[in-house]
Amino acid sequence: MLKFSLKQFVGVGVFLVIIFIGVPLIIGATGRWDIYYTLTSVALLAIASAGVWLTFYIGRINIGQGAFALIGAYVSAILVVKAGWSFWISLPAAGLFAAVVAILIGLPILRLRGVYFAMITLVLTQVVTLTALALPITNGARGISNIPLPSGISVFGMSILPDFAAMENTKLAFYYTACIIMILTYAALYRLVNSRLGHLCRSMQQNEELASSIGVNISYIRIVIFAISSFFGGLGGAMFGSIAQSVYPSSFQVADSVNFMLNCFLGGLGYVFGPMLGTLVLYFGWDLLFEFGKYQMLIYSTVLIIIIRFLPNGLLSIRFNKGGDK
Amino acid sequence: MEQILANGVYLGAQYAMIALGLTLIFALMNVLNFAHGQMYVIGGFVTYTFYGQWGVPFILALVMSCVTLAILGALIERFLFAPVIKGSAREESTMLLAAGIAFFLDAVILLVFGEKQRGVPKIMDGVFNYDFRLIMPYDRILICVLAIVSIVSFIGLMQYTKTGRALRALAQDRTAAQLMGVNVDRYSMIGFALGAMLAGLVGGLLVTITGVNLGMGGATSIKAFMMVMIGGAGVISGAIWGGIILGFMEAIGLALLYQYGDITYLLIFISLMIFLAIRPQGLMGKPWG
Repeated sequence: MLKFSLKQFVGVGVFLVIIFIGVPLIIGATGRWDIYYTLTSVALLAIASAGVWLTFYIGRINIGQGAFALIGAYVSAILVVKAGWSFWISLPAAGLFAAVVAILIGLPILRLRGVYFAMITLVLTQVVTLTALALPITNGARGISNIPLPSGISVFGMSILPDFAAMENTKLAFYYTACIIMILTYAALYRLVNSRLGHLCRSMQQNEELASSIGVNISYIRIVIFAISSFFGGLGGAMFGSIAQSVYPSSFQVADSVNFMLNCFLGGLGYVFGPMLGTLVLYFGWDLLFEFGKYQMLIYSTVLIIIIRFLPNGLLSIRFNKGGDK
Repeated sequence: MEQILANGVYLGAQYAMIALGLTLIFALMNVLNFAHGQMYVIGGFVTYTFYGQWGVPFILALVMSCVTLAILGALIERFLFAPVIKGSAREESTMLLAAGIAFFLDAVILLVFGEKQRGVPKIMDGVFNYDFRLIMPYDRILICVLAIVSIVSFIGLMQYTKTGRALRALAQDRTAAQLMGVNVDRYSMIGFALGAMLAGLVGGLLVTITGVNLGMGGATSIKAFMMVMIGGAGVISGAIWGGIILGFMEAIGLALLYQYGDITYLLIFISLMIFLAIRPQGLMGKPWG
């Protein structure tokens, strides 16, 4: 079993209280309901970024998460709109579909390393966008719009999840849903990193040949990790499509793939919760700078450059620069 | 058929130049320069400003593009990449920096030049017409010749001068080059400036034909990555082959499949993925870059 120190328990507890009780209270007090949408987006992007972080963990630079997010969004949208599934079933289905695609594509391309893998995943994002434009089922450039809100689930007459369409405040509902999925994702990620598989991943990150020579089945592990990573991507993308109630080929583009990667870098590649922090800082920062109008991009990129210039190992490295957490 | 081949040569020569700059920077510093496309766009806008707006002779405007980009590249290397490479635990951190610079340059281009598509007056009138089988405007031929001349002189520089020898040594083995007395910091800067200059030169050349706009940067970067992957990262001959192959594939694909729109690019992407699955290091690359 995993052992947690008291400090970690308190930290997680404080974090949970803040996002489930603190944030709604603050937003209720200030009346800035639009922040819910921002925070929901942060939570969902953090899920996809967690996947990217996981591929970093086996030493691969993944700039293809946008592809899997788009796949997830489309699968969920098609299942809900055309096949009439419940959103809650389409959500894991979207993740699983993305994972299957990742296994099929991963078999050849995971043999690549370093910048080759980075570049091919970047190209992959472009491939998926173009495929979405070309296929008839995805409706081309018009995309799929008017996706209904998630419906309720009830078992034996007991309502487990309420019907989103009947709710007055869907923003809050989406916020809670996204946060719960995000916490589950990071709990799974933490568990995975601290498991036997996580140790094997670390050995691969350092030296694949050496790991292979002492009996680690590297080709199996990298496929598994890539599939899990894409599962997160598909999950995040599907949820995003449901909130926006529409999916277009341009919903997730190369720029989004790059952003997922930046989130991981900025938070720090050595820390499980790095991508969460990175997403929060990048997305929130971008949103806050909106008031500067046309200078938004300039300020944003300048700050980004300054951060990486003076903290090349990520934001979390300020706290842990001695000793090192992991 | 002649037309398709001529288009292929024309596209290939330009693409090869873009890929050369990217692969040079990669070979020297192991940096994947995301901002390469943006540098290309800046080069285009500088030529547009000098030649299109102020009426400076075209060749002089081209030189200005090269100089601007070379200075920009040198500054970026000296004050951003070099310190980050020294300070980071994993060298992939440079990708974040490169992406940040790409965003930054995009923002600067937007503020300085605006988001409109810009074009310049033709540098040469008239159309070369061979029996209606091969039609090519003279300015395209001129640009193509200029591109080929630049590629040849770049190869000459790399092969026969002291700077070129130092750069090649640096690309082969950084530590060994340093031990042999190569001033590594200085030549990294020169190499980066040279790579950026090539991007600026292509931008300046192409503005006369395709014009230039803000959105071209990202797309150009992706194409440059593809060429580098086809040929093998960090290898100069590979970049040239990659450029020519992609140029021909595009020319042939667009000629045969023009009614299907973007299918050409989809097919190119898919065949690239299949090719890389069989030969991960590209045509000429060293295994595992």
